[in-house]
Amino acid sequence: MCENSSKITVLEKYPDKTKSLNEFLNSLPLGADIKSNRGFLISCLHKAQSIFGYLPDEVQLLIAERLRLTLSDVYGVISFYSFFTTQPPGRNKINVCLGTACFVKGADKIFAEFEKQIGIKDGATSKDMKYSLSSIRCVGACSLAPVVTVNDKVYAKMTPLRVREILKECE
Amino acid sequence: MNDIIKIFIDGREIEACQGEKILDAALRNNINIPNLCYDKKLSCTGSCRMCIVSIEDRPVNVPACSTVVENGMKIIAFNDKLEAERKVILDLILSMHNDDCINCVKDGSCDLQDLAFRYDLGRGKRTFHPMWGDAAEYSDSSSQVLNYDATKCIQCQKCIKACQEIQGKGILTLENRGIEAVVSTGYNQWSDSKCDGCGECAQVCPVGALTMKFVYTDGKRFRDKDISKITGTTCPYCGVGCQLDVHTNSENQIIKVTGSESLPNLGSTCVKGRFGLQYSGHKERLKSPMIRRGNSLVECSWNEALAFTAEKLKEIKSIHGGADMIAGMSSARCTNEDNYLFQKFMRTVIGTNNVDHCARICHGSTVASMLTSLGSGAMTNAIADFEKADVIFVTGSNTTETHPVIATAIKRAVLNNNARLIVADPRKIDLVRYAAVWMKQKNGTDIALANGLIHVILKESLQKDDFIKNRTEGFEELKKSVEKYTPEYVEKITGVPADKIIEAARIYGTAQRASIAWTMGITQHACGTDNVTALTNLAVITGNIGREGTGLNPLRGQNNVQGACDMGAQWDSYPGYFQVENETAKNRFESLWKTKLSSKNGIPLTEIMDAVLEGRLKSLYIMGENPAVSEPDLNHTVEALKSLDLLIVQDIFLNETAQYAHVVFPAASALEKNGTFTNTERRVIPVRKVLNMPGQAKEDWEIIQDLAAGMGYFWNYRSWEDIMKEINLVVPQYSGITPERINKGELIQWPCPDSKHPGTSILHGEKFTRGKALLQAVEHIPPAEETSEEYPFVLSTGRNLFHYHTGTMTRKSIALNSFCSDPYFEMNEDDMRELAINEGEKVKILSRRGEIIISARSSKRVEKENLFLPFHFAEAAANMLTINALDPKSKMAELKVCAVNIKRL
Repeated sequence: MCENSSKITVLEKYPDKTKSLNEFLNSLPLGADIKSNRGFLISCLHKAQSIFGYLPDEVQLLIAERLRLTLSDVYGVISFYSFFTTQPPGRNKINVCLGTACFVKGADKIFAEFEKQIGIKDGATSKDMKYSLSSIRCVGACSLAPVVTVNDKVYAKMTPLRVREILKECE
Repeated sequence: MNDIIKIFIDGREIEACQGEKILDAALRNNINIPNLCYDKKLSCTGSCRMCIVSIEDRPVNVPACSTVVENGMKIIAFNDKLEAERKVILDLILSMHNDDCINCVKDGSCDLQDLAFRYDLGRGKRTFHPMWGDAAEYSDSSSQVLNYDATKCIQCQKCIKACQEIQGKGILTLENRGIEAVVSTGYNQWSDSKCDGCGECAQVCPVGALTMKFVYTDGKRFRDKDISKITGTTCPYCGVGCQLDVHTNSENQIIKVTGSESLPNLGSTCVKGRFGLQYSGHKERLKSPMIRRGNSLVECSWNEALAFTAEKLKEIKSIHGGADMIAGMSSARCTNEDNYLFQKFMRTVIGTNNVDHCARICHGSTVASMLTSLGSGAMTNAIADFEKADVIFVTGSNTTETHPVIATAIKRAVLNNNARLIVADPRKIDLVRYAAVWMKQKNGTDIALANGLIHVILKESLQKDDFIKNRTEGFEELKKSVEKYTPEYVEKITGVPADKIIEAARIYGTAQRASIAWTMGITQHACGTDNVTALTNLAVITGNIGREGTGLNPLRGQNNVQGACDMGAQWDSYPGYFQVENETAKNRFESLWKTKLSSKNGIPLTEIMDAVLEGRLKSLYIMGENPAVSEPDLNHTVEALKSLDLLIVQDIFLNETAQYAHVVFPAASALEKNGTFTNTERRVIPVRKVLNMPGQAKEDWEIIQDLAAGMGYFWNYRSWEDIMKEINLVVPQYSGITPERINKGELIQWPCPDSKHPGTSILHGEKFTRGKALLQAVEHIPPAEETSEEYPFVLSTGRNLFHYHTGTMTRKSIALNSFCSDPYFEMNEDDMRELAINEGEKVKILSRRGEIIISARSSKRVEKENLFLPFHFAEAAANMLTINALDPKSKMAELKVCAVNIKRL
């Protein structure tokens, strides 16, 4: 089989992070039984995302190899749960609520405006790593609808016109 | 057998097995409940909901595919309400499916199309709008052999399950959720993934989402309904003997190949069998006989070629003093009938036992060892037995690449049946991922390793004393000889840590049913026979033989290497393993063949080239072999071929050996002839004509018969059946395997003593073929050539999944070349860094015998100071480097170990 032996970049770039993921993997009772290893997959992914901030291909491959799984085993789980991300997060995490209350008050137009101005789609990170954009469901602040959060800050009663202003604040 | 119970479907009483699903029982009784995601070979998915049924006294409908039958259960499969619900469900599924039937290759064989027709759901009649448009971005045609059209995918997950549950590979997954779910490999694109192109997924896809690329028609598309004929035949590649369905159109062109749902492969194939049969219609095929005029070969008529050859053979036979100056190389690639006639030609027409074939450099050592210790050299159990074992010990076999479909059985045993796998291999082969223990022994230390396992088993009293007492001899000597092979001592020789040896011994020793499988990593050594003997000792003292799921299982390398041995294409035995030097055997064959026979052993394949150079051989008749690439130490081989008075080459291509021929006969390929092969598990399987022969090519047995006639021997075989009838008389193991039974579709394992006998799946059941098993003490012998300062690397040769042997067939396939087209060798990545060799850089590898220039590929699979070199590539032939050191007992060449050095250019 034509074996892939390309250099593992992210892991080499962040030796401390890699070490801490390996330490976690070493602490697990992994063995020859693929089925029992599979039971640890989600906790490994949680740990890895908490260390790296996201789940790059190399990290997925490392986890797959240690658990004796294939990349598709790992990737299938990642793509199923919206919690997991394979994109490095931007410096500003913009979440636009598309829950019912926000939606009826026009959150879709706000979201479209963010997509247009940053030039990225839902779930993506801008090339300059400045922004990542996600649509989310209810944040529990329906009286303030429509709601946008940027990192830990909440913007209430948003309008599409204020998008430019928010992006400017992030500079 | 499970208990039979009664159930009622729509008032009809039917029998069902306890524990089975309603749908299985219904379909078996021709109650055609619609379904899309169900496949009897896969675990239940229950996602399409088309098979809903209602059960009396249950409040809700249930899917028949995932509901277990109960005695007396009253089921309604069809009524207006259920049919109306199914119609809604189907309408929903159709909204996810791009029903571009007019342009779909599956038009006419699509399960969804059939159901849409059955439920009258044409485009104008549906409630739900099409929702498949966004899926287009997930379509992926990057695979070398497959296309995935996400817009047609109905998320039934059959492909994902086939890849995981049948192939054991787990390449595919469902990406995303709900309406966005699509099939994915998890990589950026399909071709980046570890998918090796077996195509099991495309075979199970019920719609046109996953399809095979048109590798046989240069990309020209054909629909399934353009197929006019399906011929069942045997794959021409490895010894698994997969049964293939070759689909052809009205112009007799291959459209596609699928695996037949029969033994031994149960529907599976590997990438070579499914996508690699282009060689048959290739433009370079030999179409006419050729004869040497000066420096070139020119086309000539059959009459001229045969007359020239017959005259020349007669001349050599008389002038140079005897038939023994002529030798024949028969072929494990040809049918039983071809091989039988070839050796009969050499023995009766020429009058010599100088006939052999490549088993000598394959499992010659296995046969030599197991004939002595057990009385039969063949695989003791069936391929299906791997899935009945609770422990499988694979040693010296990269099964995933050499016997891909057997590897899937091993993987299924581990993944589905919780069998434990022990792997002993110097390389980190694919099976290591599935292994409970991996022993990474140094090349050429297999005897020490097996003796170490036996030592631990005896020390911990895990052996079967009753079995040893009643069915073996020689145990005391064996026991004494392994005393010194303590785990610590074995660690020193093999490099395998003592605790791993102990762990592996305990796993094997405590198994209820343990199977051992091996290939060339064990046999291709100067101590190959003793390697096999050591494994035999291990199986016998633990009683792991003669029962289901156990056994000694040498996986034979070529489609018909077992058959060629059975047919007596061997220097020392007649058909059926009668020794030529045995007077009674000679008399038997003299009376069967009504002629005088030579009582002298012939020259084994591995000594033929020496014999030529020493002047003991003047002529070689080579059928379907390519020694100018496959023999060890090629410089020596080519020198020998050049010095012959008469070299006859009978082949499908003008191969490297034919460059030195005086006369060339064009032969039919396996896809163009009828007859039988015998696969690795001793199963006699049919070869059926799919395509027409090119030009004037003839079937091998016909050519041999014509040549015999030219020499004054008039045989009268009209078909393969005539030859098989003679084989039934001559070879006791084949007595009951008649052409009638083969034509009826019976796939019988020898020995089969009469036409009523069902065949024998397991050898040595009640007693060993030789009576009692002979345990023989064997000692570690270092390889013939060890590393030195001048040659510090150990070179091992072997196969790559995508190519086969000297590449004459597989390298004609664009599909297979798209996976791997050029020669390379694998080198440890640290060694590469130390020597500053870049990935893909061309370097020179030198041994004491020759040198080649070849690209380096860095690998995690090989250890430091080890190299692995696939031998398929004539332009960088591994055998320029290998050593012709021979095993004294079997004449096997040591192809697995030689010392080499690497120089940057």
